[in-house]
Amino acid sequence: MMERKNRYLKATSSLSKAIGAIVWKDLAAELRSRELLSAMLVFALLVILIFNFALELDAQARRVATAGILWATFAFAGTLGLNRSMAVEKDRGCLDGLLLAPVDRSAIYFGKSISNLAFMLIIEAIVLPVYSVLYNTNLFHPGLILVILLGSVGYVAVGTLLSSMAVQTRTRDVLLPILLFPVVIPILIAAVKASSGFLQGLTFTDVMPYINLLIVYDVIVTAVSYMVFDYVVEE
Amino acid sequence: MIVTKKLVKRFGLKTVLRGLDLEVQAGEFVALLGPNGAGKTTFLRILASLSSPTLGEVIVAGYRLPRQASAVRHNLGVVSHMPLLYGDLTAEENLRFYGRLYGIREAGQRITEVLELVGLESRRRDLVRTFSRGMQQRLAIGRAILHDPDVLLFDEPHTGLDQDACDMLDRLLRKVAGEGRTVVMTSHDLARVEELASRFDVLSRGIICASSSRKDLGRKNLLDFYRQALEN
Amino acid sequence: MKPQPIALKVLNVVTAILFLVALGMVFLYAPLEATMNYVQKIFYFHIANAWVGMLGFVAAAVAGVIYLVKHDLKWDIIELAAVEISLVFFFIAIVTGSIWARPSWGTYWTWEPRLTTAAILELVYFAYLLLRQGIDDPDRRARFSAVYTLIGAISVPITFVSIRLFRTIHPVVIGTNSSAAQGGFDMTSKMLVTMFFALFTFSVIFITLFWHRIRLGQLAHHLEELKLEE
Repeated sequence: MMERKNRYLKATSSLSKAIGAIVWKDLAAELRSRELLSAMLVFALLVILIFNFALELDAQARRVATAGILWATFAFAGTLGLNRSMAVEKDRGCLDGLLLAPVDRSAIYFGKSISNLAFMLIIEAIVLPVYSVLYNTNLFHPGLILVILLGSVGYVAVGTLLSSMAVQTRTRDVLLPILLFPVVIPILIAAVKASSGFLQGLTFTDVMPYINLLIVYDVIVTAVSYMVFDYVVEE
Repeated sequence: MIVTKKLVKRFGLKTVLRGLDLEVQAGEFVALLGPNGAGKTTFLRILASLSSPTLGEVIVAGYRLPRQASAVRHNLGVVSHMPLLYGDLTAEENLRFYGRLYGIREAGQRITEVLELVGLESRRRDLVRTFSRGMQQRLAIGRAILHDPDVLLFDEPHTGLDQDACDMLDRLLRKVAGEGRTVVMTSHDLARVEELASRFDVLSRGIICASSSRKDLGRKNLLDFYRQALEN
Repeated sequence: MKPQPIALKVLNVVTAILFLVALGMVFLYAPLEATMNYVQKIFYFHIANAWVGMLGFVAAAVAGVIYLVKHDLKWDIIELAAVEISLVFFFIAIVTGSIWARPSWGTYWTWEPRLTTAAILELVYFAYLLLRQGIDDPDRRARFSAVYTLIGAISVPITFVSIRLFRTIHPVVIGTNSSAAQGGFDMTSKMLVTMFFALFTFSVIFITLFWHRIRLGQLAHHLEELKLEE
């Protein structure tokens, strides 16, 4: 029997390094194939187009409806991204690959959440100027950016957890929006109200209660999702 | 190196493993045989810390599962019939990713070493989705030994490979196992397994019903041994 | 087949009696309300149903957490029973609320906090049932259901608070002095007694149904066991 020496191991693999590795992996892979981003982007633009014909708003009405249209678009396109991001792991068995590594499961949760958030923010960053141009509205308001950031964080926090579950069921893609939408309604309410407020020139203090709601939701939902994630991936 | 005592695994009401006892010494190469649905993959997943036992004791590389799973994972390499590789990354990037997850020192050097061992050095900058299945399996083995584990688990690694690819795989398996590692491999391919393993265990109806080292097998055909074990 | 335990049989009878008494109280004991007459009487059942729905909601969340801790499938059966009961009773509450609302507010539906949250909760429950349907492995199904119950249990109250940031026209029944205040009405002491009795009765109904449903779940589980033994 040969004595084998483990020459290549560190004592422990750090959590932040693992999270960083997963985020890097997702972004690098996506940069190459651009499958996920293009799908989300095209879908988002199509949704905006559909709303244009479905609602037939004049300039005045459109100003009021903009926040709602934007968030509906983000919510729908978001599920696409969440689904695809998890499907990649499940289909090639890569989820097992991640689970085999000696890292805390929360690294998987945070890593996937951060890359999902990155994808969502990229899409939002493209949709905003496009919408501005298409409808001749100025959407570049710092408050709006803040709301989009906070809303996306909460959406992705619970979305990553639920997509990890959905991808392990038979009904997969169809199930995620059904699970996700009822549960992210607080985000939609607060985000739409806050966005609308900012776009209509309300001050930060006026919109404060909704911003607070977003922050509270984000914190609670991220904490809970992080705590239960183990139960979703461990057999 | 690997010990299971009265291992029971139930999925709801269905019992797949019924008190499985197994002992594998360091350096052994055990071929785990058995009919489909016998529980080989379930058993391997438990050893791989991907699934937790319902009852019983499991000790791998000196650590108890599932409680000390993290310690086990440091010392475990797994190759299943799914590639566990990211198609949109290059071979090198895949290894670098897993290297980071396992906390490997001098990753660049180790990656080159591994790529040379599995014969994919020339393709290191190619995307994995351009690889044939045989090449993907070889890279998967590279991934499994990247962190130099003492224990290797293979779940039907020959699945979907043609003859040449299988031969190449076997050469690699011999090389990798020869470094004193402990290997457990499930397979349906008795002919190949006969050449590779030092011990043959048959898993049927949830327990190990027969076990024989290669020496004890002697003149007997592995196929006969296997058939006999299933009849009992 | 295990027969119903004596306690449950007694409970069945007690529940039936309580329900009849409650009906009697609602129609004979409680006085007719000044402005809305008989329509107001549906209020007793509406509140009681919503109350039972709440009980189920809390029971489901608690059972979910306990399952995650203990991994005993018994808690999964309890959780499912609680969700199903809560789903049905909230639905009845919504419908009775609508029946009451039409003559009082002029509309069957309004997007005010309680009503909207109830509707969203129903959607969460349906999502829960669809989730369960898509999973075959009992352990995974129980784990995922428990996780979703927990997520739902946290997000729905927050949803209620969010919608509350809007104005409400739901009548504030207890504690107002003005009976005209937004469709609210004064509760005389007889009405209060009737209301509390209705709440009590429906709590007992909840326990009875809960017990029956859990029994049903256990019998189904037992049936599965027997099937496998063949």
